[in-house]
Amino acid sequence: MFAAALIVFRESLEASLIISIMAAATRGIPWRGRWILGGIFAGIAGAGFVAMGMEAISEMASGMGQELFNAAILTLAVGMLAWHNIWMSVHGREMAAQALNTASEINGGTRERSLIFIVVALAVLREGSETVLFLYGLAASSEEGLRTTISGGLSGLGAGLLVGALLYAGLLRIPLRWFFSITSLFVLLLAASMASQAARFLVQADLLPSLGAPIWDTSGYLSQTTAAGTLLHGLVGYEAQPAGMQLVFYLTVLFAIAIGMRYAQTRVRQGAKKADSKNWRESLARRATNAKGYPTYEEND
Amino acid sequence: MKSLISLVLMLSVATAAVAAGDEITLTIKDHAFDPKEITIPAGKKIKLLVVNKDATPAEFESKPLNREKVIPAKSTGTVNIGPLKPGRYPFVEEYHENDAAAQGVIIVE
Repeated sequence: MFAAALIVFRESLEASLIISIMAAATRGIPWRGRWILGGIFAGIAGAGFVAMGMEAISEMASGMGQELFNAAILTLAVGMLAWHNIWMSVHGREMAAQALNTASEINGGTRERSLIFIVVALAVLREGSETVLFLYGLAASSEEGLRTTISGGLSGLGAGLLVGALLYAGLLRIPLRWFFSITSLFVLLLAASMASQAARFLVQADLLPSLGAPIWDTSGYLSQTTAAGTLLHGLVGYEAQPAGMQLVFYLTVLFAIAIGMRYAQTRVRQGAKKADSKNWRESLARRATNAKGYPTYEEND
Repeated sequence: MKSLISLVLMLSVATAAVAAGDEITLTIKDHAFDPKEITIPAGKKIKLLVVNKDATPAEFESKPLNREKVIPAKSTGTVNIGPLKPGRYPFVEEYHENDAAAQGVIIVE
């Protein structure tokens, strides 16, 4: 039972951290809760299908189907997170106002909602499919019954969700002035971490050279199997023994998105400054009538 | 005594497995690896053919090797390994990682 709890905890923790970060990062988007929940259910259904089709997936691409499938899902998620962060760098101020006043619609909010849905669904699907296979095996084997599997799985899932909830609660305590800058940073690191994992699968498929395997070994100081190592892996992509190619992917995605965010911001400042400041004034005016005891939000530029 | 004999047998099987070219077979049966020790040369690419003879899926995982692959029930999965520096690289069958039988090591010389 303990083994079941531990494995399910490890898998659900990663998905749970991603969901918490996304939930915080999209604070103020109307109906986001429903879209996140929808993403979770779609992800669970998807995980079931992937688990059932694992044999077919494995046989694709001369036996490298699993690696390519994982790399593809991770790459898609990286693209979504990149888009989110660049969009946020333009709409952050609107979002901050929105977090205080849910009355008006944000430009592009609909697309942002489907984006949260997809990111959450992909995270749950990827971590979930392995869990489904594991639980299936455990329930099917004679030594451990269905009941122990379920109770172990549920306690692992509960623990994973609890850590995610704590992270979410912690993030919400950040003052609104810095809130979206900090959630954007979390999303940025999440994207870089996923890119590094995609690289790992491409190296495993022998499509890319490893460029040093491992490039460093810190497993003696902070093993990835410890609680702190697992948490750091989920949050910033820490790995004790990564391949050099993973580092290349990590840094490339990190800088590419950061530059994209900067570029989008400067373009907005130069181009649509008038329209933007008009929107901003309007939302400020609305906030003034609607805010109920929230801390004062100051614009800092 | 019995376990000692089986240990000796296992070790002799392990040394035998190194022979055939760039492909090495690793079998999982009753959630146990056979052989539990594989020796490969340094700086060389190896294809590890993981044969799962069980009726339930297994997952070959090794953090030191940076590898992770689900091997569906009654099937064979290929795990590309190397080129590696000399050393010991433990691996586990993740779904039973706490059982000693589901732990193995690749020794690179």
